[in-house]
Amino acid sequence: MVKSDFGYNSKVEGEVIVTRADAVVNWVRSHSVWPMPMGLACCAIELMGAGGSRFDISRFGMEVMRFSPRQADCMIVAGTVTYKMAEVVRRIYDQMAEPKWVVAMGACASTGGMYRSYATLQGVDNIVPVDIYISGCPPRPEALLDGMMLLQEKIRQEGGSLKRTFRGRTVETKIVR
Amino acid sequence: MEAAVLTDRFPRTQVLASQDMPTYQVAGEDLVETVRFLRDAQGFDLLADLCGIDWKDRTPRFGVVIHLLSTTHREYVRLHVGAVNDTVPSVSSLHPGANWHEREAFDMFGIRFEGHPDPRRILMWDAYPYHPLRKEFPLAGIEVPLPAADVAEVTGQTVEPAPMMGGPFVSPGGKMSEGEPSALDQSWNEEKPKA
Repeated sequence: MVKSDFGYNSKVEGEVIVTRADAVVNWVRSHSVWPMPMGLACCAIELMGAGGSRFDISRFGMEVMRFSPRQADCMIVAGTVTYKMAEVVRRIYDQMAEPKWVVAMGACASTGGMYRSYATLQGVDNIVPVDIYISGCPPRPEALLDGMMLLQEKIRQEGGSLKRTFRGRTVETKIVR
Repeated sequence: MEAAVLTDRFPRTQVLASQDMPTYQVAGEDLVETVRFLRDAQGFDLLADLCGIDWKDRTPRFGVVIHLLSTTHREYVRLHVGAVNDTVPSVSSLHPGANWHEREAFDMFGIRFEGHPDPRRILMWDAYPYHPLRKEFPLAGIEVPLPAADVAEVTGQTVEPAPMMGGPFVSPGGKMSEGEPSALDQSWNEEKPKA
């Protein structure tokens, strides 16, 4: 947490902490990421490892894996995205509520990996905006945790808007109520 | 099983040269009866594999290979059927396990299986216009629209040919580099063929 986000002086203000709304909201969001495990290949096994007791993703407040996109705010794309599956990945992404983030876990999700073929999407960033890319084939759970901590860092630095870049241009997400 | 058991009963059946297991060329008209005979009278009760072949220059161009295993006699037998007019009778009524294999052979080669209960593609999406394992189909693929029109509209993405060279996981130049992790064993490579 960036120290300047908070002002605390017990002599002057007693039990009062002064801060900005963005800082508080981002602090809350970053420590309560609910991932949606989009497990498509072997990376999903490492994702499960990250959830187990040895690596314990819950140390960072991310253990609440939700298989319903409507209850999740971070899609971890763990595995090879085929063109047939690309449609499903995008649809699930669309069903997630804002604010939402995407982590491309491993070589396949990031670039297509070793699958240079007619059937494989060459990187999930072609269909959804990706926040964090994690290298590895598959990445070890430590690498996933490192990537998720980077995502926390990114969330903490976000402004109030829902603008994000996708394919080199800024996209403003419309919120439909 | 002696070869004569099959060739006497089905005179159109020929013995093919093979290094590992008895192999027969079976006429398409005889296929279902042959597989039934092998299953019921000869104990070949397990369909181990069914796949397509693109022979490229032969007529008929496509063939289907069936591997049958006898779990009682511990024997394999291999049948090859030429796909006349790209069509082969389905054996999924005799071996339910053939169902998905035949769908895969249809998907990858365009071989039609007559009498198949559910003759759809199994790996590629239904509207995909090509059969990817045909010899003339490039590994990188051919550009076609994404299966879902709404996703294609939002993302502007198509099914595009994959980069074959120059990507992050492909070594530059036409051949394997010394630094390729899988090529650390240089006992054989493109320049020194395998002994």
